[in-house]
Amino acid sequence: MKKIKLKTAKSGSQLVLETLKDLGVDIIFGYPGGAMLPLYDAIHGFEGIQHILARHEQGAVHEAEGYAKSSGKVGVVVVTSGPGATNTVTGIADAYLDSVPLLVFTGQVGRASIGKDAFQEADTVGITAPITKYSYQIRDTADIPRIVTEAYYLAHTGRPGPVEIDLPKDVSTIEVTEINDPKINLPNYHATEHADKNQLSKLLTQLSVSKKPLVIAGGGINYAEATEELRAFIDKYHIPVVSTLLGLGTVPVENPLQLGMGGMHGSYASNMALVEADYIINFGSRFDDRLVSNPTRFAENAVVAHIDIDPAELGKIVKTQIPIVSDLKEALQILVSADRVTTDFDEWTAHVLENKHRAPFSYGKVNDFIRPQQAIEWIGQYTDGDAIIVTDVGQHQMWAAQYYPYKNPRQLITSGGMGTMGFGVPAAIGAKLAHPDKNVILFVGDGGFQMTNQELALLNGYHIPIKVVLVNNHSLGMVRQWQESFYDERRSQSVFDAEPNFQLLAEAYGIKHLKLEDPKTLSEELKILSEDVPMLIEINISQAEQVLPMVPAGAHNDEILGVYFTDGTDAITGASEEVNHA
Amino acid sequence: MRRMIIARLHNVTGILNRFTAVLNRRQVNIISISAGVTENQELTHTTFVVEVDSLGEIEQIIKQLNRLIDVIEVADITDLPHVAREVVLIKVSAPPERRAEIFTMIDPFRVNVVDVNRENVTIQLTGDSDKIEALIDLLIPYGIIRMARTGSAGFERG
Repeated sequence: MKKIKLKTAKSGSQLVLETLKDLGVDIIFGYPGGAMLPLYDAIHGFEGIQHILARHEQGAVHEAEGYAKSSGKVGVVVVTSGPGATNTVTGIADAYLDSVPLLVFTGQVGRASIGKDAFQEADTVGITAPITKYSYQIRDTADIPRIVTEAYYLAHTGRPGPVEIDLPKDVSTIEVTEINDPKINLPNYHATEHADKNQLSKLLTQLSVSKKPLVIAGGGINYAEATEELRAFIDKYHIPVVSTLLGLGTVPVENPLQLGMGGMHGSYASNMALVEADYIINFGSRFDDRLVSNPTRFAENAVVAHIDIDPAELGKIVKTQIPIVSDLKEALQILVSADRVTTDFDEWTAHVLENKHRAPFSYGKVNDFIRPQQAIEWIGQYTDGDAIIVTDVGQHQMWAAQYYPYKNPRQLITSGGMGTMGFGVPAAIGAKLAHPDKNVILFVGDGGFQMTNQELALLNGYHIPIKVVLVNNHSLGMVRQWQESFYDERRSQSVFDAEPNFQLLAEAYGIKHLKLEDPKTLSEELKILSEDVPMLIEINISQAEQVLPMVPAGAHNDEILGVYFTDGTDAITGASEEVNHA
Repeated sequence: MRRMIIARLHNVTGILNRFTAVLNRRQVNIISISAGVTENQELTHTTFVVEVDSLGEIEQIIKQLNRLIDVIEVADITDLPHVAREVVLIKVSAPPERRAEIFTMIDPFRVNVVDVNRENVTIQLTGDSDKIEALIDLLIPYGIIRMARTGSAGFERG
């Protein structure tokens, strides 16, 4: 192997930091500990990379995820060995399921102690292998520049994902005067997948013979930076679009062709279109079961074209007649610039758009208690649909998906695949650090908030003026909703009988806070969101509130419950009168 | 259905673990597995025989295996012309009074006797899995004391 002489001797830790800096990394999220002391010593006074001190390693990973998801850059995390490493597992798995580019450095005990149950030792590579795109354990200090460069490349190219680097303490301590060639050596890794032109022309030919085409816009559109191309394609052919949760914003809500989110808590129009379509073109969605519900009956009468950068996604859930492995941006550019094929589906488009108007997302407006949907709508108005919306996981997440008027790519930062409670607070911090000029609003439930609210300590410390909107229903709303619907209303362990005083908690962290309970004054009070300071706004809602409509798990997409038709053909379903504020 | 999968992998620590983890996650039973370095010391050739429910399933698994960074190629060679051999060592009870009978029975298999003592003999057979199964069936009534199979190793013809 080619060796490169260094001008001065450098420690492994210095090599890590200098390589990261050369790669363009300017921020890392982390938490120190024994095995990482050498690296933290090198961080002390190192210029050009800001270190954000999380309060829990899980927080550090979600912060890096929020940063990466909202910016497209690689999020970098540094934690220590053993418990530091295992605390990152949830975040790494979250990043893996949502294809988030992350570089996670975990400390490791010295090489001589590995495998001997040393203090704070865990087999981190073994633990994280199934939830990472790749994982390394650095055994030779001279390999650090190559491995870090390779890992960074793997994390953000092709289908992005988390890459783990396990760094034994002695490897990071040793000083070397020469390094191994840092050139990337991944002969079998194909980062760029070029579309097969024949397959793309098949996609267009099928469009010309179909009567009821439908586009699914997935999170891959964001990752491929292909929003413009997608919008151009839709406009060119006037095809209606179903968004996935992670695809929201790629086609603006105000675009008439946008039918809204599809699937379990998706719109009536989207779910009906999925059932009625004779041709489904999936751009960068992995046919998650929250969208597809029942794969054996999904798109029964449709030809399916699926474009994804990862070949393993094609045909995984839904039988695909036109599979295309490609970078989405490139594929869409070719599709948009190709000669226009003749199409005839005006009738279809009119029909699905009529469904959109016939059964929009809706809720009853009442005077007794705040409806979370309305609060989100107001916030949408005040922020002109332009804020970065971060959510935790649960009912509020689905309301935020349904009622905020998204218009930009990478605008909704949420845990899609993994559904990680506790994602919200740290992810919002990461998103704000990536976009200091953007308004970042976090919707979080009282359940998930209690999982990572220690990260609030960062808001003042680093001047991160996010707005935390705590939608408090004093329960695990989604769990409770399922118990009410499918478990004979046995609310087993889903209601919090005792909760902390969240106002005092915010006070403890020194951030502005207020509690809103009156629906009559809510609209006015929410205007406080325009203030550029960190704040916690607690909104008390009814404990009986449910997310509707709903396609029960495993049902067909048209077996959708809780739909309200504007022409009054069905009754509204929503929060019952049984209001129970704890 | 049984499928024979071959793979060329980078010969790095943990690669078999990563490879089998993909099968494990999908609850695929590995009937046999063999691995060894190739003409290129940096590469490992592996042969897996697995039990799956459908061709679609194995196709999907191969895509997921191909996604692994250290996997160079994976192929299902079950339906292609291929050569595959495995080695079995069988220690069978063979007291002097039955020894001649055992040797007569197994002679058509062209086995090698690799160890002998007063009460038993150890027989080595190389062949495809069917042949090995046939020999095992034949020897079961005499009392198999210990048996070790390497699992199939193979690749496409031509």
